[in-house]
Amino acid sequence: MRKKDRQVPVFIINRLFQAIGVILVMSVLVFVGLYLIGDPTSMLVSPEATEIERQALRKALGLDQSIWVQYLTFLGNAVHGDFGRSFLTGQPALQLIVERMPATVELVVVAMTFSVVVGVPLGILAGLRPKAPSSKAIMTGSILGFSLPNFWIGLMLIMLFAVYLGILPASARGETVNVGPVALSILTLDGWRHLALPALTLGLAKAALIIRVTRAATREVLPMDYIKFARAKGLRPSRILNVHLLKNILIPIVTVAGLEFGQAIAFAVVTESVFSWPGMGKLLIDSIITLDRPVVVAYLVMMVFFLVILNLVIDILYMAIDPSAREKVRD
Amino acid sequence: MNFVKTRLAASAAFLLMGALSLSAADLKIGVKSEPSSLDPQFHVLVPNMQVTFAMFDPLVMMDPKLVPQPALAASWKATSDTVWEFSLRKDAKFSDGSPLTADDVVFTFDRIPKVPNSPTAFTLFTRQIAKVEAADAHTVRITTKQPYPLLVTDIANLPILSKAAASGPAPEGKTTVEFNRGEGLVGTGPFKFVSWQKGADLVLERNPNYWGKPAAWDKVIYRPMTNPAARAAALLSGDIDMMEDPPTTDLEQFKTNPKLSVAEAPGTRIVYIALDQKGEPSPGIPGQGNKNPLMDKRVREALSLAIDRKAIAERVMGGVAVATGDLLPEPMFGAVKARQAAPAVDTAKAKALLAEAGYPNGFQITLGTPNGRYVNDARVAQTIAAMWTRAGVKAEVAAAAPPVFFKSRDNFEYSAYLAAWGNSTGEMSTTLRSLVGTREPSKGSGTSNGGRYSNPELDALLDKASATMDDKARKELLQKADEMVLSDYGIIPVHFEVPVWALRKGLSYAARADQYTLPQDVTSAK
Amino acid sequence: MSTPVTVSPTADVEESPFRRFLVQFRENRLAMAGLILMILLAIPAVAAPWIAPQNPYDIGSLDILDSQMPPGSVADVSGITYWLGTDSQARDVLSAVLYGMRTSLLVAFLSVTVSLLIGSTVGLCAAYFGGWLDALLMRIVDIQLSFPAILVALVMLSVLGQGLDKVIIALIVVQWAYFARTVRGTALVERNREYVLAARCLSLGWRRIIARHLLPNCLPPLIVIATIDLANAIALEATLSFLGVGVPVTQPSLGMLIANGFEFMLSGQYWISFFPGIALALAIVGINLVGDHLRDILNPRNAQ
Repeated sequence: MRKKDRQVPVFIINRLFQAIGVILVMSVLVFVGLYLIGDPTSMLVSPEATEIERQALRKALGLDQSIWVQYLTFLGNAVHGDFGRSFLTGQPALQLIVERMPATVELVVVAMTFSVVVGVPLGILAGLRPKAPSSKAIMTGSILGFSLPNFWIGLMLIMLFAVYLGILPASARGETVNVGPVALSILTLDGWRHLALPALTLGLAKAALIIRVTRAATREVLPMDYIKFARAKGLRPSRILNVHLLKNILIPIVTVAGLEFGQAIAFAVVTESVFSWPGMGKLLIDSIITLDRPVVVAYLVMMVFFLVILNLVIDILYMAIDPSAREKVRD
Repeated sequence: MNFVKTRLAASAAFLLMGALSLSAADLKIGVKSEPSSLDPQFHVLVPNMQVTFAMFDPLVMMDPKLVPQPALAASWKATSDTVWEFSLRKDAKFSDGSPLTADDVVFTFDRIPKVPNSPTAFTLFTRQIAKVEAADAHTVRITTKQPYPLLVTDIANLPILSKAAASGPAPEGKTTVEFNRGEGLVGTGPFKFVSWQKGADLVLERNPNYWGKPAAWDKVIYRPMTNPAARAAALLSGDIDMMEDPPTTDLEQFKTNPKLSVAEAPGTRIVYIALDQKGEPSPGIPGQGNKNPLMDKRVREALSLAIDRKAIAERVMGGVAVATGDLLPEPMFGAVKARQAAPAVDTAKAKALLAEAGYPNGFQITLGTPNGRYVNDARVAQTIAAMWTRAGVKAEVAAAAPPVFFKSRDNFEYSAYLAAWGNSTGEMSTTLRSLVGTREPSKGSGTSNGGRYSNPELDALLDKASATMDDKARKELLQKADEMVLSDYGIIPVHFEVPVWALRKGLSYAARADQYTLPQDVTSAK
Repeated sequence: MSTPVTVSPTADVEESPFRRFLVQFRENRLAMAGLILMILLAIPAVAAPWIAPQNPYDIGSLDILDSQMPPGSVADVSGITYWLGTDSQARDVLSAVLYGMRTSLLVAFLSVTVSLLIGSTVGLCAAYFGGWLDALLMRIVDIQLSFPAILVALVMLSVLGQGLDKVIIALIVVQWAYFARTVRGTALVERNREYVLAARCLSLGWRRIIARHLLPNCLPPLIVIATIDLANAIALEATLSFLGVGVPVTQPSLGMLIANGFEFMLSGQYWISFFPGIALALAIVGINLVGDHLRDILNPRNAQ
């Protein structure tokens, strides 16, 4: 908008300030909301406990103070990277999330890889011959893919593969192998069997989107002069496809895939719930239901930062690749 | 592509190796939830306790029917009204090979009040204890603040730590965080700690130094699977050997499945309806002016009569509930034999009673229930509401997420609510005191009495019972108190939840009334 | 639907745009199928209280002995046939689906309508007044749109608690920004056209300019977004209810019905989840087919 924002460093600082603003607004909301809605100690304390024991617990968790004091304490600690301890487990909230992160990231990476591997060829196909029945089928399929809710697709896959055919497990993570501190499923066959359905669920919706983007990009590139020129030169169609077309549709695809990676991390909440996948999305839902405020807040703060940085990186990359985009990118 | 293939082949080979090593005696258990911590003194919670008791022993251990049995204490006696002496087993060793002494027991009791941030502290079980001392290397003397007959059931919840292993620079010795990393987990139990991956597997292995009969399993794996249907699928596919709480809908199928077996324990968790008897008016009963119909005993009786408990136990609970008219099952202390069978449903009589009480057209009422705290809770509440509606009391269900439900209950926003109470002592006194004792939270009386039933006679009986050391006399007092509440319809029992496990064929489990899943009690038929 | 009464230079004078629209729409068989599907689902949902075999909210009429019956079973006492079976509460699944569809449509329709009103007001104001107001409003919109809808909705519901009204509020919060951005984009183009500039020179009231000139031109994209958002709202509500943070169990929408039946699915009682699932999918697909085609014909770039 304003001229000065177009300089790169200012624009980065602006984004970070925005992120902090969002975090402040959101954390106040979550603090006050969860405070008003229920009493987290009621789930924790034994029903046999006396009032004195209950009070002691409230005090230990800092819940005996006014909500604003609690919030300011939180802010003070958060600046030092301490998001408090989970009410439920007593573990530092951030640690709980970080422990669950590999499972989510693994799921999302596999799903995104699947969506690109399936989506790009189908999208090119649909873009090359927009009138062919196969292309129409692909496009209709992609409407289904991104409009049907994620959990619904998961449900149908469970019904087909786990209940009816009985060939794939419907939940949990299966055998994992530790690579350093990180446990991975993709190194065992059992891990893959467990990963298959959740990754497919998450990946199908993303593939639908990649198809659409690829098709649109293909159709935009095809009438360009360099393609016409290459054709006129008599280059083999496969070479035109591989070199000239792919190279030019790559930018929008990479951009969208990058943005969708962030979306997929958030949407893993749903997939993980359907398949009891022990990732951080499942942790968020459980924490929302048990009003485990420190975990909810820590998760959201992390997600905001992650998404802001992801968007930032994509924009910077975009500007590096395509200088003319600098005018388009808004802070 | 080639790369992927090699990788797949490699992982297949790896899996094969894994499968071979797994063919030894391993037990994989699909549990409802993982422990919130491995610190044996952090959180009084079933998932924690059951893992702790696989690695640690208490002085006195409850058997599956909740009768106290000698564990680390070979014997005990009360030397006076307030002083007890426990003689420790001389052959008991910790998993690191060191012998158990009275110092370890004293250390264990000392650490309990020092554990910070505990959601439900173990002080729950030590609040009557004045001091714990070592009389000699193998005798522990416990002094209570006043005559306290339940000491033995209380200390059955306290696993004994190793002083050497659990000491540390912090005031409490090893901290909760250190325990969670597997440090200080040295116990006398049948298994010892191997590894814990949060959100995934917790692995234990046989403790070679165990003083009792060696466990049947080389390795035990607890795998948390929150979704009951998912646990069922994993058991059917052979992913796990045993599961907690099979879905009630699958139970019939499981019982007839030749590849599976089912273990049921006597249930002690009573699902009940509490009715607002504080006074008038009541918040969830509109259109009655300032009147609270629930103050009339006939109305309460009518609401009880309208419930078809058997149909609920069979249809909604899939048979894993025992319909009842009492608050504790029969062999346990203070239960009344004549009250055990569920009262028959009698809608006609319920209508007549309502008319007699001045409500020929019934009234409206909201029935509160948590959604997801107890087995099928919201479904049971909806069914009861349907049954009340048929008897003329137009009921609506307000289902809420558990923390929201409990907040509303504690703010007395419900005229009627469904909840459950798990009794871990095997004695009626704790149940009655919490559920129907006059609400005095500072004394620990009526802590869960959201209906605020209050009967001074009952309170007097309970006080008398809790100071009576003679078992027979105490039992009679408790039965009298129980009978008093139930004939007044002060609270409406519905059913006992039956703890259920499903196992693959060839395994059997000594199912426990306290719902703990203890691997040492799982045996192979071979 | 009213014909845009504008002097927009692109308007075809010979043929009313609405008629042309109808003709174009009918050309696409898939879109027609979607429209028919929409109508076929909406009518019974709206008419559920009169046509459903059972009122699933009238809990006095439920007989627990009839629970979990497979499709086609006949009730012991009342003799009703449960064409799609019954659920764990002995609710007739067919009736529950009809009522559930009603709830889902109600939530979606209300939330889209309110978001459309809020969003277009914000968008029009931002476009017309420009300056700091525009910058501020669009900054908020951009920030919101950079976060996944599911996350925003989850935050809202975790803060508000459960309930039909709260789900609607959460959906409005999620959706208004799409409308605001679209309307602003279109209105900005219109604002700089000569006829608007002329109107401003004549110092016509800003309300009049917005209502008479800017708004009508924003209608086509608004219609497209509203249609597609209707499907998104249904899907999002179902997702939230499935996760257990949406509508209360006693007022089941399609998503809640599916969640309730999920547990029974692995034990072979597929119908409790499956039929609500099919209804949900048909509704979403139907609306999307219509929306997708609307976008093709209303988008001026595709018109040539």
